Amino acid sequence: MRASSADTSAERNAFSLGNLADAGSYHEPLLIDPLDNEALMSGLQRMILIRVVEEKIGDMVSQGVVKCPCHLVIGQEAPAVGVAGYVRKGDRVFGAHRSHGHFLALGGSPHGLLAEVQGKDTGVSRGMGGSMHLIDIPNGLFGTVPIVGATIPIAVGAGIAAKMDGNGDMAVSFFGDGATEEGAFHESMNLASTMKAPVLFVCENNFFSSHLHINLRQPDSSVCRYAEAHRVGWARADGNDLAAVRTATKEAVEAIRAGEGPRFLELVTYRWRGHVGHREDEDVGVKRKDDLAAWKLRDPISRLAVSLEANGALDRQQLKRFWTEAHTVVEEAWAEASHDQYPPAKALLSRVYSGTMARKR
Amino acid sequence: MKQTPVTTGYGAAIRDGFEYLLQNHPSVFTIGQGLWSPWYVGNSMTDLDSQFGRERVIDTPVSELGCTGAALGAALCGYRPIVIHPRVDFMLLAVDQIVTQAAKWRSMFGGQVCAPITVRAIINRGGEQGAQHSQSLQSWFAHIPGLRVVMPSTPTDARDLLIASVLSDDPVLYLDDRWLYGLEEELPPIEERNLAQEGPRLTRTGQDLTLVGCSYSAHLCREAAARLSANGIECDVIDIRVLNPLDSTLMIKSAKKTGRVLAVDGDWRSCGMAAEVIASISEAVDPRVMRAAPRRVTLPDAPAPTSSPLERSYYPTVDYIVQRALALVGAQQETFE
Repeated sequence: MRASSADTSAERNAFSLGNLADAGSYHEPLLIDPLDNEALMSGLQRMILIRVVEEKIGDMVSQGVVKCPCHLVIGQEAPAVGVAGYVRKGDRVFGAHRSHGHFLALGGSPHGLLAEVQGKDTGVSRGMGGSMHLIDIPNGLFGTVPIVGATIPIAVGAGIAAKMDGNGDMAVSFFGDGATEEGAFHESMNLASTMKAPVLFVCENNFFSSHLHINLRQPDSSVCRYAEAHRVGWARADGNDLAAVRTATKEAVEAIRAGEGPRFLELVTYRWRGHVGHREDEDVGVKRKDDLAAWKLRDPISRLAVSLEANGALDRQQLKRFWTEAHTVVEEAWAEASHDQYPPAKALLSRVYSGTMARKR
Repeated sequence: MKQTPVTTGYGAAIRDGFEYLLQNHPSVFTIGQGLWSPWYVGNSMTDLDSQFGRERVIDTPVSELGCTGAALGAALCGYRPIVIHPRVDFMLLAVDQIVTQAAKWRSMFGGQVCAPITVRAIINRGGEQGAQHSQSLQSWFAHIPGLRVVMPSTPTDARDLLIASVLSDDPVLYLDDRWLYGLEEELPPIEERNLAQEGPRLTRTGQDLTLVGCSYSAHLCREAAARLSANGIECDVIDIRVLNPLDSTLMIKSAKKTGRVLAVDGDWRSCGMAAEVIASISEAVDPRVMRAAPRRVTLPDAPAPTSSPLERSYYPTVDYIVQRALALVGAQQETFE
């Protein structure tokens, strides 16, 4: 199993995150290959869009306008955008509770998301799912659900189906570090490995499962040791470094499409808001307050912007325009979604079965 | 020259269903534990792996949850997988995927996706196997909106409802019972049926009493009705066949005719299928039409025992159903006002 170029530790260690776990590290600009400038510029725009959508939803949650549970992805935009860059038509992507970023990174419409969190018929799940149940088949998002680890075996099945189809497509499973404590994760890794299913497992390790730090839940900080145990090739990258995420993803996806079976990525990142809702939840878990301040200096958006400015790909005006445009798009989408209709009453019984209305009360 | 009719057993009829599906529908595959072994699933899948290849008849690691989730994932991508659990008890490790995933995805995503997964689990009881090898739990699963629950009681249904389950666009739990594997009958030619159009069926008619059951209990009801007929009591026998979503039209109609209902179920009493049958009838039938209070025959609310005398008293039998039926028919005046 090769070490990824994104893995910066001198010795490749499946058990420890090394410096990646240190909030004070990785504040410097990114190492960028100028050949990747174009993709990184569009990735930057996409990360800014995700940030602005999430801030809008956070504001609406705080005002009580959005009521469904929302798990905001602010601070960890890079894994979704980096991986989405290597998803092609025919691939099937699955997410979890914190999946607004996966949806938007794959090209999902901000209006569809903002309508869904308001329970509107025009939402991506036609107002039946809310924040935690998103789907966007045309863009390759086959489903996100909040039962921890639940979509991991489903993604393996989608991978088995892709293998049966024989078109070189793959499945992608996004999940958090908490999900690696579920039996479903281990059953899925074993099954995918044994059946050589084309699946990219992406663990966004943000250290926290709800309120509890990984040091209080697992004996080691890195979940790559599980990939090692299941004989799945793995790589680890700074999940707040879009360039590193792209490099690690590229290598993994090439191996998967070459028929080598599944691959596992651990992308180390940090969420700025609480487990659920708009607050920062500084007082939960271990040293969250000090770490959060340091992790904000590891902002995936500003680090990338500074780096692209340094190599001449981006100028200040452009960056300002990216933010302004994102705000305009989001405000317009929000206004439109706010005026949309709720699902019709019959949706309650007509969408349960094919060809049969569900029984009334 | 008179031809001897060719009869097929319940297990072999299931195999016929699999063979038909694998032959005619390239999107069908089967996945589960023991599919390459002769003893996990009786004679219901014999040699399918050599006939259709081990890429379509997949034996798996000991991962009920993982394999059921994988089948669901493939179902979301255009396949019609059948995931096999050789015993209901072990399937419970996969409940999240069946109840919280497969049954919900259609509604939860606004009707934009369908999950045509069939979960086939085998009820395998008796033989002093005890509490953790004997559950059937159909009532639990029939409680879940979005999950169709199918229980065939005859070889023809075992074959044809399997085919209809797999061709349904909805997730289906298909439960077959090893105690029915001895039944044999002459099978009609295969006809693909729309599961949404299938439901309870009247398998015998009579004026005095309505017997309602599913799976092995429907078989017991038929046997009991034959015995009762010899005693001059004629029964309507209703085989539920599709437990969820439940169409209670036929049982209501029958209850209005006979005025007496005995619901038989090989599952527990509390919140069980027999209770649902009686509730559905009681809500719809004027009590003045009823000649006796409805009754049920179920398992006692206790885990399955191992000791043989206890086991003999645990499961409903034809004798017991006949006794209860006679009491019901003879005792209407003192039990119902």
